[in-house]
Formats: sequence, structure tokens, C-alpha cells
Amino acid sequence: MKDSAKGFMGWLDARFPASSFWRNHMTGYYAPKNFNFWYFFGSLALLVLVNQIVTGIWLTMNYEPTASGAFASVEFIMRDVKWGWLIRYLHSTGASAFFVVIYLHMFRGLLYGSYKKPRELIWLFGMAMYLCLMAEAFMGYLLPWGQMSYWGAQVITSLFGAIPYVGEGLLQWLRGDYVVSGATLTRFFALHVIALPLLLIGLVIFHLIALHQVGSNNPDGIEIKDKKDANGVPLDGIPFHPYYTVKDLVGVVVFLIVFCLIVFFMPTAGGMFLEPDNFAAANPLVTPEHIKPVWYFTPYYAMLRAIPDKLFGVVTMAAAIAILFVLPWLDRSPVKSMRYRGVFSKIALTCFALSFIALGYLGWSSVTPLYTFLARVLTVVYFLFFLLMPFYTRYEKTKPVPERVT
Amino acid sequence: MDKDEPNEESIDHGRRRFLVAATTVIGGVGVVGAAVPFVASWLPSAKAQAAAAPVEVDVSRLEPGAKLTVEWRGKPVWIIHRSKAALAELKKSGTEHLRDPNSEVAQQPAYASNPLRSLNPNYLILIGICTHLGCVPIYRPDIGGVEPGWPGGFFCPCHGSKFDLAGRVYKGVPAPINLEVPPYKFISDSVVIIGEDAETA
Repeated sequence: MKDSAKGFMGWLDARFPASSFWRNHMTGYYAPKNFNFWYFFGSLALLVLVNQIVTGIWLTMNYEPTASGAFASVEFIMRDVKWGWLIRYLHSTGASAFFVVIYLHMFRGLLYGSYKKPRELIWLFGMAMYLCLMAEAFMGYLLPWGQMSYWGAQVITSLFGAIPYVGEGLLQWLRGDYVVSGATLTRFFALHVIALPLLLIGLVIFHLIALHQVGSNNPDGIEIKDKKDANGVPLDGIPFHPYYTVKDLVGVVVFLIVFCLIVFFMPTAGGMFLEPDNFAAANPLVTPEHIKPVWYFTPYYAMLRAIPDKLFGVVTMAAAIAILFVLPWLDRSPVKSMRYRGVFSKIALTCFALSFIALGYLGWSSVTPLYTFLARVLTVVYFLFFLLMPFYTRYEKTKPVPERVT
Repeated sequence: MDKDEPNEESIDHGRRRFLVAATTVIGGVGVVGAAVPFVASWLPSAKAQAAAAPVEVDVSRLEPGAKLTVEWRGKPVWIIHRSKAALAELKKSGTEHLRDPNSEVAQQPAYASNPLRSLNPNYLILIGICTHLGCVPIYRPDIGGVEPGWPGGFFCPCHGSKFDLAGRVYKGVPAPINLEVPPYKFISDSVVIIGEDAETA
């Protein structure tokens, strides 16, 4: 047996499966050789997660989770704590970077059919992570206790009040008070720094276990495990380490260049990542002129505002996220990758991506009658992508899929 | 072979199923019971409940035309004794200039969803926070005081929003909706409890 080698590794492997774990998941994990740049975003998401955890731990060392002290403690971190400004900007920019990377990662999944059989569970774990990440970001945004923190939380938690019968009670239970208050802040802090990160890390592990069970998809959307050599190694596979660890390092370098440019030169991103209203302390008696969430929630916020009925708006927003979960069962196409799909799939995906971006812009902007109208149209486009999917994917003409990766 | 070793015939499957089901049910009840303190811990604390407790106000000494401000849940609540003259003026001024004269936007309990937005027309009870940006409007009962033909009402000094003596918002001002009416009830002719709903028959 290979693992019964002499020396320290031999001693270790007899007690802990270090070598076999490394082999199974790194040097002996065969990934398709035709990954393109879209495949950077999974490892980048992991990098950003590490950044959020490390900077987050350092922030809690000086942050004070109370209604009276939170805002001042963030100012303290920014002005008085040595390098505190950098740690906070890494964390706040990291939050936005997380969503940029995750949205691109999800788009990759749509583009190459990575959610299709046998990878449905990978997609579901990923969607659970997306939900968890949204909760994490929302709760984290309350912690600086600025005006937009406070009113954003007030508006978003009040969505639960729209639920018939139990809404009002549920709202008080969530907030721990009759309005967003110190009680809300402390529980959001606990969830943000302990509960949700633990859940998120657990889901990452599940996501990767499921991925390594079935193997990675690729831009051609064909299974490399179908063509193996005499040793059972996929002909179109290369070991993840060193080939993809080195390739991903290139992605990391490019990502870090962009990330650091933002951290050092435009940490607020012109009000996109840190909103101007949030530089004033929370005041329950004064409402900001234009309450809006951070950019990564604005597509859903646009849907909420576009619908005149509060309950129906909340239901629509929830449905927009829920429908992503059933995506693997809506897609009836015989091929995975967009490369070999018909024209309808391509048009549908383009319309969907554009509607998501445009809704994000509309949710960011102030309401005007024209924007409300556009948001309604785009909400319909968003849902039609999913609701018509069983039809256009089944009846369109697909191109022949190659035997081996191209 | 050991005689005591269980074999297929000696296993009482019914008994096993019963024991598994019974253990699952009892264990499940235990888990639910253990979850109760954690879930209920999220409800408003005794301190938050005390701070939000209903406020009892004696209005018997409130002169017609006078305003009393009390605090409830951290917000200013106005109690205004509308005089006969003020009510007549309110009726006379009509509803042409109002955005939501019939209180269609849910800014009041059902029992205050009437033109005078009150249980007892003599007493107007409102949360004194402008629905635009949360400033505190000024009570201006003086007829013709804010502008010619002013029937009495509230004027917000921050951005010029105007409300009539029922807290209904004017057209063409920044505030979008009427002033909010808190839940309240009269326990006698002169004692009002703010923060508790009146029973509506």
C-alpha cells in the first residue's frame, strides 16, 4: 500500500488519511482539461470567503454590538485602530466582491448547464449558500448602525409583516422589539458572526463533496468519465493539482489587482458598496430620502417596488429566488452546454441576464412612472425565462455534441 | 451456533417497530420542547415590552383647541381636543385639496378609518411624525395662519408638507400619505389608552 510509507507521513497516514485525502481531492481529482476563465469564480469565491472570515474576526475585536456604541465603534476602527481602515474596507469591499464572484459563478452554471443531471445537488447546495450569503450580507449591513443600515433593515424586516395573520407577530419576533432596535442589532450580530458563517462553511463542504462525487462539468457539457484510459483515468482529465491550482492562481492575481484597486482607491465605489447615508448614525425619527439596499439586492428590490400590492410584491420577490432552486427540473434540453443548444435557449439566457442587470439598475434608482413600467416588463421577462424553459429547451433544435472535449 | 444468538424467527419485528416509533415520537417531543426557549428568546424582552407599554392619558383637562404630546414607543403622540369651530371649519373646507381624504392608505386602525380619523370626533390622536422624512410638524390651529383659507392643521417646517385637522395630507406637498393614527381606546369619557386597540363591533 502506498500510504504505509515510512517516516513522518507513514506515521501520520496510519492515524489520519492525509495522503489519501490529498490524492482524492487534489492530485488524483481529474478535472476536464478545457476549463476557460468562467471556471475561476468557484475558487475565487472560496478566497473571498477566507477574506471575509479573517477580516471579520479582526473587526469583532474592536466592534461594539450595541445601539449606543456600534456607530462610534466603527468610526473608532476607521480612525484610531491601527490598520483598522484597511481591515474594514477589505471586509466591506469583500462583501460586494463576494456577490460579483457568485453571480458570475452562477451564470457559468447557466451557460454550461452545470446544474443538470447528475449535478442537481451541487446546484441546490449552491443555492442554499446563495440564500445564506444574502442573509449574511443583509445582517452584516445593519451592524455599522448608520441611517441606511437602520432603515434598510426596517424596510426589509417589515416585508415579513406583509404575511397575512402571522406577519405582525413574526415581525416582533424577528426584531425583538416593536421597531428595529438594539435587540435587533445584537441578534443580527450573533447570526452574522457565528450562526451563518458556520452554516455557510458547512454548505461549502457539502457543495465540494457533491462536486467531487460526480466530477466537474466543462464548457462542452460532456462527461469526461465516459472515456477513460486503461488505468481508469479520464482521457480528457488533468489532475486538479498542479494544473488547476496554478491556473487558479493566475485568476487570484488578476482578481486581487482589481480588488485592491477598489479597496485602496474607491472603497465606497461611488456609493455602490458603502452608501453615503450610512455615514450618519441611525436615527429612528428621521427617514433617509431614498431608501435602497446595496447593489446586489436591487434586482429583487425593483420587483418588490414594481408591484403595487405589498403582499404580492413580497411573494414575487421570494418566488424570484425560489424558482432558481427548481432550475434543474425545468431544463429539458438533451444537451448541457449553451454551445450546442438552439437559438431559443441562447436568446432566453441573454434576455434573462440583461433583465437581471437592468432590474438591478432600476432597483438602485428612484421610482418614476417609466421605471416602474420597465421594472414590471423586466420582472415578466425574468420569470418567463424559467416558466417557458420546459418548452423552448425541449422543442428547439440542438447541435450534435462532440465525443471528446474541444 | 450460540442458542442466544437472535435469528430471523426469534426477532419480534412488531415490537421493534413500536419501540422505534415510540422513541422517535418521545424524542421528537423532547427536541421541540428544548427548542421552545431558544425560539421564544427572540420575542421582545420584558424591558422592551415595558418601554412599549400602552400609555394612559387623562384628557378631561384638555381645553378645546389645545394639544397634548405624550410619548409612546419612542414616538411623539398628539392628542388634540378639536373645538366645535375647528370641526365646522374642517367640514367646510371640503376634500378637493387632499390626497387621500377617505384614508384608503392603511395609516390608521379600522375604527379611525373615517373622514375625521377618530373614535371620538372631539379628540384627534396622531403620531406626530411627518410621513415624508420624519420631521415633527407644527400644530397650526389658527384659521388662515399658514396660507389664505387655511382651515387649521399641521405644517411641517422642514419641507412644507401640510395636513388638515384630521391628519390628512394635502396635494402637492412632499409627504405621500396621511399622518399615522396609533391604536387607542377610551376606557371612560376622559381617559384614553394609547397603544391598545379599541374593540370594534
